Amino acid sequence: MDSIVQFENVGLRYGTGAETLSDISFTLLPGRFYFLTGTSGAGKTSLLKLLFLAQRPSRGLIKLFDTDAVTLPREQLPDLRRRIGVVFQDFRLVQHLSAFDNVALPLRVAGMAEDELQEPVTEMLDWVGIGARASARPATLSGGEQQRVAIARAVVARPDILVADEPTGNVDPDMALRLLQLFEGLNKLGTTVVVATHDLHLQGRVRDAQVMRLDKGRLSGPVTAQPALAVGRAL
Amino acid sequence: MLFPSTSRQDKGLIPEGRLTGPMPWVLAIMMFLTLLAAATALAVNASAAHVNADLAGRVTVQIVEPDPEMRARQTQAAADALTASQLVQSVDVVPEQEVTQLLAPWIGSEGFDSSIPMPSMIDISLNGPASDSNLDALRDMLAGIAPAARVDAHGSWLKPVFDLLKSLQYLGLLLVLLLGFATSATVLLAARSALDTHRETINVLHLLGATDSQITTLFQRRIGLDAAFGGAIGAIAALAVILLIWSQMEDIGSGLLESGLLRWHDWVILALIPFAGIALAMFTARLTVMRALRKMM
Repeated sequence: MDSIVQFENVGLRYGTGAETLSDISFTLLPGRFYFLTGTSGAGKTSLLKLLFLAQRPSRGLIKLFDTDAVTLPREQLPDLRRRIGVVFQDFRLVQHLSAFDNVALPLRVAGMAEDELQEPVTEMLDWVGIGARASARPATLSGGEQQRVAIARAVVARPDILVADEPTGNVDPDMALRLLQLFEGLNKLGTTVVVATHDLHLQGRVRDAQVMRLDKGRLSGPVTAQPALAVGRAL
Repeated sequence: MLFPSTSRQDKGLIPEGRLTGPMPWVLAIMMFLTLLAAATALAVNASAAHVNADLAGRVTVQIVEPDPEMRARQTQAAADALTASQLVQSVDVVPEQEVTQLLAPWIGSEGFDSSIPMPSMIDISLNGPASDSNLDALRDMLAGIAPAARVDAHGSWLKPVFDLLKSLQYLGLLLVLLLGFATSATVLLAARSALDTHRETINVLHLLGATDSQITTLFQRRIGLDAAFGGAIGAIAALAVILLIWSQMEDIGSGLLESGLLRWHDWVILALIPFAGIALAMFTARLTVMRALRKMM
C-alpha cells in the first residue's frame, strides 16, 4: 500500500540550538490510526508541526501525498494543508468568531458557498455535542467545549489526515471516549488519524492502532501495532 | 475569491470597526488637501489656457522708423502686404492718437514732443498660432517692403506670467503627488499594524489552507472601506470649499478670476481623484500584506 506520509532522516532545529528532532523516519499508510506518544518535551508537537506543514524541517525528506513538502513552493502549500485537519493543543480558535464560524472556517477557505455551510457545520457541532452553543464565542466556552469546537473544525472538511495534539487533555473521560469514537468513525471513512497523547489508556481504546514513541527527539523503535483494550474499560 | 465578498464572516475575520481607528480620518484629511491642491492647479491651468487662447494668434508689427514719411510709407506697405497674406486673418493699423494715449503714462499727454520718433503699430490676428515659423514667415515677407518692421507675438510679452502660472501648476501637481505618497505611507503603516494585530488569526487561516491571496483580500477590502469612508468625507469637505470659492470668484466678476473657473473636464478629474485614492490605498495594502505574508510559512 502506498504511504500517505513519508519521513526520511528528518531533523528539526530551532535557531542555532540543538536538534529538537533527529533522524526521524517513518511512513504512514492511508486509512490507519496512529498514536504518537512520548513524555513532555519529547518532540511530539514539533513532529506534528512538520506533519501539518507549520514548520519546514532543517534536514531530511518529508513527502505528503507523494509530494515533496520540504521543497514545495509556499504558494502550493494551501492545497496540501486543506487535506490535513489539525486539532491544536491550544485549540487556536479565532476569538472574535462564534463556534459556528470557527467550525465553518475550513469550508469557507475551501470556497464552499454560504448556503451550503449550515448543514455540515451544524451536524459537526451536534456531533461533538455543542450544537446548542453554536453562537457562543470561544471566551464564553469551557476548555472542554473549546476543544470540541477545535475538533469539529479539524474534521468538518473531511480531511485525508487528521492530526490531533493532545485532543482529550481538557475533557472528562466520557467526552474523551466520545471524541475518540469520533476519530475512529472518521478513520473508518478512510481518514488517516494521528493522535499525539501521553494517555496510555487512550491508546488502548483503538483496535489496530499503530504507536510511534518519541524519546528525546528520536523515534524509539519501529512503529508498532497496539492491541485494543476491551470495550467498556474505563479510560 | 474563496471568501465570498458578501460574507459577513469574511468581514468579521478582521474584527475592528471601520471608524474606530484613526486611518479613515487621516485619509479624509489627505483627500481634502489633495482635492484642494488639484483644484488650485486645475484652476491655474484653466486661467493659463484662457489667456493663451486669447493671445494665441495675436501679433504686433511695429514700424520703428524716425522719418515720419518713410514710417507712413512702410506702415501702409506692411499693412497691404499683411492683408494680402494667407497667414493673416485681420489687420488693424493702430491710429497714432491711440499710440500716444498708450504712451501717455510714461511721457505725458500734454508735453508730447513731436520730435520724438513714435513707432507705428499694426495689430494683427493670425489664422494660426503665433508660432516661431509663422513669425519668421511674416518677418521674411516684411523684410523687403518695410525694413523697419519688428514683429512680436503678444504671448512673448506675457512669458513671465505664463512661466509663473506654469510654476504654480507644477507646484500643485507636486503637492498632489506628495499627498499621494503620504497616503500610501499611511496605508502601509496601518496595514502593518493590522497584520501584527491579527497575526494569530492569519496563522490559523494559513494552517487551514487559506492562500495569501485570500488573506490579502480581507485586509485589502477592510482598508478599501476605510479609504472609501475617508475619501468621501474629504471629498465632501473639499467640494464645499471649492464651491464656496467658485461662487466668490463669480461674484467678483473679474475677467482674470473668471478665467480661472474650473471647466467640465476639470470637474471630471476632481471626481476621479477620490476613486484613485481608494485604488491607491487598496493597491498599497495589497502589496504590503502580500510581502509580509511571504515571510511567513
